[in-house]
Amino acid sequence: MSRPQYERAAWVVGITLILLFLYLPIAVLVAYSFNESRSLTWPMTGFTMQWYQKLADNSALIKAFYNSLYVAVCATTLTLMIGIPAAIALDRIDFPGKGLFRKLILLPIALPGIITGISMLILFRQLGFRLSLETVIIGHATALLAVVVTQVYARLQRLPASLQEASADLGASGLQTFFLITLPNIRTAVIGAAMLAFTLSFDEIPVTFFLTGRDNTLPMFIWSTMRRGLTPEINAIGSLIVLMSIVLIFISVRLQRDTKIK
Amino acid sequence: MRRALRLKRALVLSPPLLWTFLFMFVPYAILLVYSFWSQNYPTFVPDFQLGNYVLIFTDPQYFRVILRTLKIAFFVSLGAALIAYPYAYFLVFRVRTPSLRLALYMAVVAPLWVSYLLRAYTWKTILGTTGILNSFLMSTGITSEPSSVFLYNQTAMIVTLIYVFIPFMVMPIYAVLEKIPRSLKEASSDLGIGRVQTFLNVTLPLSIPGIVAGFTMTFCLTFGDFIAPFLVGGPDGQMIANVIASQFGASLNWPLGAALALIMLMIVLSIITVSERFERLGQGKFA
Repeated sequence: MSRPQYERAAWVVGITLILLFLYLPIAVLVAYSFNESRSLTWPMTGFTMQWYQKLADNSALIKAFYNSLYVAVCATTLTLMIGIPAAIALDRIDFPGKGLFRKLILLPIALPGIITGISMLILFRQLGFRLSLETVIIGHATALLAVVVTQVYARLQRLPASLQEASADLGASGLQTFFLITLPNIRTAVIGAAMLAFTLSFDEIPVTFFLTGRDNTLPMFIWSTMRRGLTPEINAIGSLIVLMSIVLIFISVRLQRDTKIK
Repeated sequence: MRRALRLKRALVLSPPLLWTFLFMFVPYAILLVYSFWSQNYPTFVPDFQLGNYVLIFTDPQYFRVILRTLKIAFFVSLGAALIAYPYAYFLVFRVRTPSLRLALYMAVVAPLWVSYLLRAYTWKTILGTTGILNSFLMSTGITSEPSSVFLYNQTAMIVTLIYVFIPFMVMPIYAVLEKIPRSLKEASSDLGIGRVQTFLNVTLPLSIPGIVAGFTMTFCLTFGDFIAPFLVGGPDGQMIANVIASQFGASLNWPLGAALALIMLMIVLSIITVSERFERLGQGKFA
């Protein structure tokens, strides 16, 4: 083999190893959800669907799933309703304290979720709020604001201001301009941000951990199941979540492709 | 007209401003106030005293946890960078087909969409004392007894956290490598400069902002994590976030927890500030 060939082979081996590192654990997670034995050990014993059947009969789990759905839908809606105006404000309005506002709103990207969680826990205690799924929603909406703002802001920056001006010159009101001009142009960024926010909220633990009352979300349910021990049932839930994630990834790639063609 | 414009601006501005004030600014402020309160088990009382901070800086238990957390966050970021850099480099400079490049890029970013908890959990099932790796090694005859060297130590935690946070390292490095003009590398090779030299003198310096951004992100995320330590960390794997969480749980010492959280916040903020300076410096120098 010549030198470039060696090099090529070395690259392929290296990249394959990295991909194995990334995907072998997920493959293991899925494979053991079909394994007959209750213990998660090698060798695998045989094929079964019983862990999935057990999930279908687990009413606490199903309740937790619906709770998570409720939280994720509400938190995503709320964070969009606040995040889109925030991105517009950052993009085209000057106001006193803008620098501080920008810093504060983008902070949760790098800020550990635990800080958001406990600071809001203390706030709710001071206000005398009872912890519930609604306090979790407020927490998620706050933590996810940064995701929405960065994505929408990036798209707004690429949108020429002349579009808005033309709309105003033609006599459109601010709201008309927003719904007829701005929103359609940032549509894919909004959908992308919404999907990401939804997924992150659905999986969220650090904030939920501190803000939830008696109701469990799905990740909190999985977490409390794990504390009691490892079971193939968790693998079965995990495999279903992996499947759901694949669908979402597929949609988001399609969306990105659509924007590029435009 | 001016008035109408002002009103409109106020309407756009007020929801995000109110929200960030009420749910971000106020909670951080209350966190600060709480950190001066004192504990009166099982409750805590308003106070103004520095006892919580004094305790954190004098009791070696807390200091050790902070140092350990910094160390683990550093090794996770370093390990992630060592894997992510060659991967991103390969995608940008060696893969010729755009669709393959997109697929390989998605392959590393996609796991972000899969529950964090499950990605950490699956490592626990693999590395456990009675776990899959151990039973595999035993059934192939490589080892004769289950070994506990894999789980409940800092290495297991570092591996798990690298696995969980590696997308945050690949994305910024890929972004900077992609922006490097090909002509620079060609010019360098036209001048007869070897590929290693070209890498060290052209590509690597130009990609420093991406490495810094990825390092910062991975470092901060690891620094505040309490799930991986709980799942795979074991007794010597407690990180600062675990200690904070326990102050709000069993220990019921919210003021001490608030003080610890503020120290964590300060460390994270100073890392972000330093890295922003560094990135700007890099841009000024190499742009």
